[in-house]
Parts: sequence; C-alpha cells; structure tokens
Amino acid sequence: MSRIGYRRLVAVALVAGIGLTGAACSSSKKDDSGSKSSSATAGTPLDPKTKVSIAVDCEPPTTKKAERQQWIDDVAEFNKTYPNVTVKSKDAFPCEDPAKFTAQLQAGSETDTFYTYMTDLQQVLDAGQAADISAYVNDKTVPNLQYIDPGVMNVLKDGGKLYGLPTSNYQMGLIYNRKIFSDAGLDPNKPPTTWDEVRQDAKVIQDKLGSKGINGYMDNSAGNQGGWHLVSEMYGEGSRAVDESGTKAAFNNDQTKGILQTLHDMRWTDKSMPATPGLQWGDVQKAMGTGKIGMYVGAPDDIPLVVQQYKAKFEDIGMAPIPGGKTSLFGGADYMFKKSDSPDQIKAGIAWVNFKFLTLNKGQFNYPRNKTDGLPVGLPQPFFFTGSAKDQDTAAKKASATVPVDNFKSYVDAQVPVVPEPPNAQKIYTVLDSVMSGVLTNQGADISKLLSTAETQVNQLLAASQ
Amino acid sequence: MAATTVPDNTTKRHAGRASGPAGGAARTGLGRKVRHNLQAHGFLIGAVLCFLMFSWYPMVREFIMSFQEKKRGVTTWVGFKNLDRVYHDPYFWTAWKNTAEFTGYALVIGFAVPFVVAIVLNEMRHAQAYLRILVYLPVMLPPVAGVLLFKYFYNPDYGLFNHVLKFFHLPTSQWLDSSHTAMISVVIAATWMNMGAATLIYLAALQNIPGELYEAADLDGAGLLGKIWHVTIPQTRMVLSLMLLLQIVATMQEFTNVFLLTKGGPQNSTMTVVYMVYQYAFNYNNFGSAAALGLFLLLVLIVFSGLYTRLSRNAD
Repeated sequence: MSRIGYRRLVAVALVAGIGLTGAACSSSKKDDSGSKSSSATAGTPLDPKTKVSIAVDCEPPTTKKAERQQWIDDVAEFNKTYPNVTVKSKDAFPCEDPAKFTAQLQAGSETDTFYTYMTDLQQVLDAGQAADISAYVNDKTVPNLQYIDPGVMNVLKDGGKLYGLPTSNYQMGLIYNRKIFSDAGLDPNKPPTTWDEVRQDAKVIQDKLGSKGINGYMDNSAGNQGGWHLVSEMYGEGSRAVDESGTKAAFNNDQTKGILQTLHDMRWTDKSMPATPGLQWGDVQKAMGTGKIGMYVGAPDDIPLVVQQYKAKFEDIGMAPIPGGKTSLFGGADYMFKKSDSPDQIKAGIAWVNFKFLTLNKGQFNYPRNKTDGLPVGLPQPFFFTGSAKDQDTAAKKASATVPVDNFKSYVDAQVPVVPEPPNAQKIYTVLDSVMSGVLTNQGADISKLLSTAETQVNQLLAASQ
Repeated sequence: MAATTVPDNTTKRHAGRASGPAGGAARTGLGRKVRHNLQAHGFLIGAVLCFLMFSWYPMVREFIMSFQEKKRGVTTWVGFKNLDRVYHDPYFWTAWKNTAEFTGYALVIGFAVPFVVAIVLNEMRHAQAYLRILVYLPVMLPPVAGVLLFKYFYNPDYGLFNHVLKFFHLPTSQWLDSSHTAMISVVIAATWMNMGAATLIYLAALQNIPGELYEAADLDGAGLLGKIWHVTIPQTRMVLSLMLLLQIVATMQEFTNVFLLTKGGPQNSTMTVVYMVYQYAFNYNNFGSAAALGLFLLLVLIVFSGLYTRLSRNAD
C-alpha cells in the first residue's frame, strides 16, 4: 500500500479516536444526581414481589473457610425474608485495594453495593459513583439506626446527605506480644502507655531476645501504611494531620517531631526495630503473628489475622491504648451504593447490609455461631452501637467470648476519645509514607526537612481537592 | 511498491474533481484498487483497531485529561492548572533526577553488560546455543516472579546477597532499604531480567562482522581490546546507537521494578516519573495531574524517539 494510503488510514483512525474521546468526555459529564434516589417510595422497605439482583463485594475468600461459609449461609437466610433478591457475591481479600478501587471507580465497575473504607467518601463522591441514600435509610429499613453512634454516621455524610452504612469500626492502639513481654522480663499486664515507655520496653526486648531474631517494635513506611500509622501516633499525642478547616496540613509540630525522633532513635540508636520496615499491609501483622516483634501500632481487627493466618495464640496477644492516650484515630469500613443502581437495588443493598452487619444476633453479630466456627469473639470492636443496643451486644459478646478479654482490658478501660481520620486521608498517608521511610531507612534523616517537604505536598493536595 | 501506487492516488485525486464518464472510469479504477487491496486491508484492520483502542485513543485521552479536572462526577476544563500543579510538586525534580539516575545506571550496567556477554558468547566455540538459552532465560520469567526473587535476595537479614558477602567476610548492605543503595539495586534486578534480549541482538550483530577484519587486525598486531575497539565497536556502531536510544526510551519509563521492589522509597529515592504518574492517578485519585505529568514525560521521550527514527532511517 502507498504511504499516502497509510496516512489516510491513520487519519481515519485518529478522527475515530478523537470522536471516541469526545464521546467519553461527554459521558463523563453526565450528572444524574438524585434522579433515582428521589423516588417517592425510597423510604419504604423493598417490595417482596419485586425481583432484583445486586452484586456485593467483600465476600470472604475461600481461604477463610468459616467466614466464607457464614456468608453463604447468611445469603440463604436473607433469601428466606427476601426471596426476590439475588445476591451475587464477589470475594476479595483484603476487601479493598486502594489502587484497584480507584481504577474501579474511574471505570464505574465497582459492585452495586460496594465496600469502602470510611476515608473513601470524598474519593467516591469525586468519581461520581455514590448514591445519596438519605431517603432510603430510616428506622424501618435499618431498625438499629438510632443506636449507631452519630460520630460514625457523620463520617459517611457530606453536605447533610448520607452515602453509606457502617459495618465495622476500630480505634487504633498498641498491639503487643504478651509472651515476648514475659520472656523479656516485662509485665504483660503493664504495657507501655507513652512513647518513652515504648522505647524502654522495646530496648529491653531487644537486649534480651534480639539474639533470637526478635525485635522490640516495628512500624510501616510504605503502601499508605506508614502514613496511616504516623497519623495514628500523632493523634495519640494530641496532634492532628490537618487543621480544623481540613484545608491545611497541621502535622509539622513538636509532637510529631518527638514521635519521629523516638522512632529514629529506636531504629538507629537502640536498634530495637528491624532493618526492614513494613512496606505493605500485612508485613507487621506477619512479624507479630510469627513472634518476631514485641509491639506495633495497629487496629483490633489485626488480632484475628495474626492468629488465624500466622498461627499466633490468642492468649499471647494483648492490646493497649495508643501511646500518649490523648486521642485515638478511629476508622472503619462501610458499604456504599452505586449511583447507577435502581431504587430497588439500593433498597435490596440496604436490606442486605442491615441483615448481615447491623442486626444484633444475626450475621456478624451471631456470636454463638462464631464461637462454634472457631472464630474470635470478644475483640473490642466494632463499637459503633450506643444505648441498649450496645449493652445487648456487649452481653452477647461476653456470653460467647473465645478470646481472653482481659488481654484487652487496658485498651477498653482507657476510653481514649476518638477522632475520625483526616479528610483526603489516603492522599495524606501516601505523602507521610516518605516521612516514615526517611526516618526508618536513613540514619542521617533530617526530620524537620522531611516534615516541611511533606507539609508543602499535603497543602498542595488539599488545595487541589477544594 | 510505493512507486507504483503513488500515480494511482494522483489519478484518484483528479477523479474526485472530474465528472461524467471520466469520473466513472476513475471510480471503476478506485473500485478495482480497493478490491485489489481488500485482503491487505482485512489483515490490517485487526492491528489498526488494536492500536486505535490501546495506543492512539489513550494518548489522545491522556492529552485531553491533562487539561481537565473531575470533581463530584463532573469533568471541567482547567487549562494549565494540572501542568502547573505537577511542576510545583516538591518531588517533581526528585522524580526527574531519579529517572535520569536510573537511566544513567541502566545505560552503564544494562548497556555494557549485555554487550560484553555477547562478545564472550560470540567467542565461544562450544555450547553457545545452550548459553544463549541460559542468558535469555530470565526474559522468559514473568517479571513479577523475577522481581520478587530479587526482593528475597536483597533482604538485609536473610537475603542471599548478604549471606554471600558475610561468607567472604565483606561488609553487608541494606540494598533496597537504604536510600543510598536502593536505586542501584533496582537497576541490577532490571538488568538481570532484561539483558537476554539485548544480548541476542548484539550477538546477531557481532556474527555479521566479517572474520577477515579480525584476521587483518591480528596481522596488524591488535590485541583483544584493540580488536574490540577498532573492529567490533565500529562494525556494530549502528546497532549500538539504536539500542542505546531504545534503552533510554524504555528505562525512562521504568515502573514495574520500582513498584514491586521499593514503591518509590526509601525516602523517595527510587521514585521515577512514571511511578509518580501512578501515584497521582491511583493514590491521589487525580487523573488530570497524572496525565499532565505523563505529558511532560512524553515531550522528553519525543526527543529521543525522534533521534531514534532519524538514526534508524540512516541505518536503512
């Protein structure tokens, strides 16, 4: 074929490409906000005669046999009440991978009822993927609504509109290995409560057990995990990641510098931290589960993981309040509903989430079943119920407890005031990863410079989000 | 082929302006022409569609996105805001410095090593075929498997490399865990995985060098280095130049090794421009800025691609 012929072909292709692009642009501008969710019957429960199918993610993977079977059983039980609803389950572990989730939001390929972290609301709204469910959620569709902590519900609201239903939440604390504490001559019933004590205990563990490959303390430095931990540690000292308006970084202060200096000294002076920091979710949990570290900052839902996946013993794991104990970061997970869902799909999704995650004695709160299945009962989470629902849940949990509740006594008794994660949390965590990385991998790290650079970048990201 | 078809097209252009019987004759000619090339077009259509969907459309889309912002599901034009934002990112120049550093190391190590290996292989009298397979083997390994293998080797506590260093009573290294050694560690892993293909290309070029030239060099008293310098390198200059440019274009787009080995750390010491693009898109959920940064990279790569095109034209 002639060169001219090729040029024509290319021209046709380019024109088609530009045409497609135009189509893509125009479709991305489509805004159907409220068109479906403003249905007059939104607040009524799903009509049992209406056939509806919903895809739901975060089904436990086959490697978690008991949880998987419980999910399948719960779908079957749910279908006794709602035989008209077909629940198409999609498994994943962990339930959300932030990068994959971002791609799904851009493509609009998330499931009809989709799992998110509580920090994701802004991202989901910016992607135009969240349905406003305000009109759908009331005491008929979610009978325990009045007992859910308003602080938790507020995290899922924007501009007075509700976009999700919580399924679990956590409060950060200090997870420690009681056996390692005992072996090092420390009192496992007196975990450290300040960063100075954390450093002292970590050094004792290192000195006594370092020859066995055990480190006193471990922290993360990448995969947003480093930033998440640093912000949790700031909260413990009463510092914040952003100011009240949520538009400016607020972490470049003495409290944060103090924490980072302690971490630096533990890593480089005491050498009570491993040479390789955690680079992704699961690294510190694995180290704890395999008995390689004495302590780390984490959430209570890590405990079943370190026991089930890495074969630690429940009796060996304890939890204390976050060092500093001034405030504690709280976060959690929830389900949102795709904007393109039909009103019936939203109703069906809400009915499923209510059944599986928000009904006492059912689904995740079926403690006798959890006990029979060998799953942990008695962990200090979730804690989003208040009033009589909270009392009922606490009593039910206690009756079926399979884990030594006393191991978490100091964590529960401390009643550290909780503060939600900052706005645009995942972006801030990404930036703060580099600060943690600097401190934990560079002996000559300039903490002030690291924080100052991170501050500039976070301010830019926050400005871009306005 | 081009010489015979150009006049046909000229006829076609004239025919477009003509009317009456002459135009009809030309259309008949055009129809014949189309029928004649129908098979070729049929074969081409699949490839063209693939390029359209997976290369040209994303490029056009990226260009447009770099001037757009999406908030609350609504896309708006923001002019040069995204370009300005990424340019003022505190890590913008760090990423470029790292990319240049990676490219530099990759050229020193990743360019020289395969060439030397090719020369050695070319001199082998026995088992050359087996050794060629051996050298090419890492290329056949899935990249993720190869990278994870190196991740294990680099572990400062239980990795193979530190074990070997300890065995010889040499000082150990933090490898990927130190901002001083992370980049070179990534380059070593990348070189090991990618050198097979380059080695085979160099080997093919070396085998095309006439043996008489080496015999003449022998007669002139040239040693091994003299022969390499005065015969091998000049004879493979064109291949070396093309490979150099291709390697620059490829290494400036480094992502996989960085993503799997260091995630841009420690302390952003391995954050390349493409990793930063990924970070903007998937961590900051800011596809407009990611596209804008991609545009900066595109402009730089166009220069090298232009050089490559010019050089390859000269080679023809």
